[in-house]
Amino acid sequence: MASTIRLKTKIRNNITTVRAIIRHPMETGFRISDETGKLVPEHYIKKVLVKHNNNIIFSCDWSRAVSKNPYLSFMFENSKVGDKIEIAWFDTEGKNETLETLIQ
Amino acid sequence: MLRRKFLKILTSSLAVLTTGLLTSIKTLAGWNQEAFSAKDFNAAINAYFPDQNINESDKIQIGVYDEIENGAVVPVKVETSLKNVDRITIFADKNPNPLIANFNLLQNCVAFVSTRIKVSEPSNIIVIINANNKLYMAKKFIIVHENGCG
Repeated sequence: MASTIRLKTKIRNNITTVRAIIRHPMETGFRISDETGKLVPEHYIKKVLVKHNNNIIFSCDWSRAVSKNPYLSFMFENSKVGDKIEIAWFDTEGKNETLETLIQ
Repeated sequence: MLRRKFLKILTSSLAVLTTGLLTSIKTLAGWNQEAFSAKDFNAAINAYFPDQNINESDKIQIGVYDEIENGAVVPVKVETSLKNVDRITIFADKNPNPLIANFNLLQNCVAFVSTRIKVSEPSNIIVIINANNKLYMAKKFIIVHENGCG
């Protein structure tokens, strides 16, 4: 199955910009389904963690109010092309996924 | 044969790495149930930043449109000239749960974050930044036409 995570990196002036999109419904638990007329149960990502060469550099605590298919961008210094980046998410249903890639 | 052995080693080392990251997520305490469940802004900040003073700052830039049609997707970009920033937290004061997202900036991070959030009605987008172990706050009022939380 294709990864739920798309991640891009770009280095400029020793600063790496990370952009990620995660495919996830981010259901608030307040939404009424058009099909069933019933409340859709809450289902959202609570945590995201990012590692650079095995060191945690960035993490998120999210609520139900982060948009569907969450977008995240941040920047960090002192990295180079070929360094390893790992990103993982963890949601309210105990599902999770990790993606590992190299800085381009 | 060699190739198969190599693949086996590769797979097992990947598995270890993956487990390592997920374990640290599960053990990474701090998803603050009380603060995320709070139903008004003051209750949320009291739960998230107990007994701490928060000062308004003009050094925080909140990049968000003044007026948004659909509250389900509100792009927010936060930048600051404050130094030693290790935490950026975003609230919408009129949302059913005002605490929206917290970002922990650890090693070598630039004081910047960009994301997209849901906003239920016209609200102040409030950003609180922890820099040098002090809390700073800025806010920007936005108009939302269509409830993004339903």
